[in-house]
Amino acid sequence: MGIISRGFSGRRSAADAKLPPGQYLTTDFPVLSAGPTPHIPLDQWEFVIDDGTNVLRRWDWKSFRDLPTETFTVDLHCVTRWSKLGTSWEGVSVDTMLADVKTDASYAMARSYGDYTTNLPLKDLRNGQAWIAFRFDNKDLAPEHGGPARLLVPHLYLWKSAKWVKGLTLMSHDKPGFWESLGYHIYGDPWREQRYSGDE
Amino acid sequence: MMWRVGTVVALQDETATARTITLKVPDWPGHIAGQHVDVRLTASDGYSAVRSYSIASAPNAEKRVELTVERLPNGEVSPYLTQELAVGDRLELRGPIGGWFVWRAQQTEPIQLVAGGSGIVPLMAMIRSRTSTGSTAPFRLLYSVREPGAVFYRDDLLALSDCYNKVSLTYAYTRIPPKDWPRPPGRIDGALIADVTWPSNLAPTCYVCGPTPFVESAVGFLSASGNSADKIRTERFGPTGDRK
Repeated sequence: MGIISRGFSGRRSAADAKLPPGQYLTTDFPVLSAGPTPHIPLDQWEFVIDDGTNVLRRWDWKSFRDLPTETFTVDLHCVTRWSKLGTSWEGVSVDTMLADVKTDASYAMARSYGDYTTNLPLKDLRNGQAWIAFRFDNKDLAPEHGGPARLLVPHLYLWKSAKWVKGLTLMSHDKPGFWESLGYHIYGDPWREQRYSGDE
Repeated sequence: MMWRVGTVVALQDETATARTITLKVPDWPGHIAGQHVDVRLTASDGYSAVRSYSIASAPNAEKRVELTVERLPNGEVSPYLTQELAVGDRLELRGPIGGWFVWRAQQTEPIQLVAGGSGIVPLMAMIRSRTSTGSTAPFRLLYSVREPGAVFYRDDLLALSDCYNKVSLTYAYTRIPPKDWPRPPGRIDGALIADVTWPSNLAPTCYVCGPTPFVESAVGFLSASGNSADKIRTERFGPTGDRK
């Protein structure tokens, strides 16, 4: 326990029990990103899975939207400490997108319009844990929240859920992405409070 | 990242709702202008709350860290920091955090700072860092505030905009301008951005900090003025306040 802050009692709520350590509840949807919000016309949008050398799969918006979709409700945890519970989304499971991809890779780099990147173990993108999401709260995903489509990996801190995602590069070895090169944790599990690169 | 203990050595009100807290942190490792810290408050039963705040002070050898905190009406931490905290109190913090929204003294290109409200804090650290390192990098600041009484660091900014190696400063008032102010009150717009920010052909690096809608619109105008996306860095805070 830290030093006691004289005269501080704090606010506690029943919902805190459902939150990872160090998070607080919000009901709105704050925005955090490193640069300008890209605006990508749907007729120019594409999503590519590659292995760093070869393109393995490619979709344009129409062929992407022809894929089977799922609706799901998940909790979001941002490293800047807000958590938002019970958010509802529609998207394509990453399992669906990886279904025909043969690979020995263990990691993936998610790549975005605007040149953002973030790295994840491939197993965290499989088994119903990750989606390419394009609707939030029954509405098309707004550009500031990552529209037309963003990666959503809700069991990790939200910076792993790359906004404006345009592809995955499969990798045999882990490699830090944008924030991971700037002092944030390589994996980012909110329940183990893996915020910064020095955290366990 | 380890928690450190700082001692409050000075408190100064910036506005009716914002206060600058000066901490002496004996084992402070140093920081870069634009970075932030996590601050932790702990109640007597062990309950704790953590929030992030931008550092307002330039890097310095005295292990001094200044934070400017805006009080949120229903905040859990900011009312304590702006009203309860006293000189001599100890405060836990860790950092510095963030390596993207930073200005380093080696940068020599023109710098365009655009602040909305309390978004001035990390930008002020950049301005102060420029001064303390003797940098001559050309700086411009466009600072959007509700009214004159909401301006942070008024005296510092006045001194900096008046000296020889000055930072050129433009205020934009959204609600109540000073008497005889040439521009009617209102949000920043494309004409203002085109008028008072660096021409894009000088390839300035732009740092934009403020509430999300402010940042979205400012970045839109900067882009429309010809600044390329890779020269624009942003720090946003949502209505619930990541940085408040």
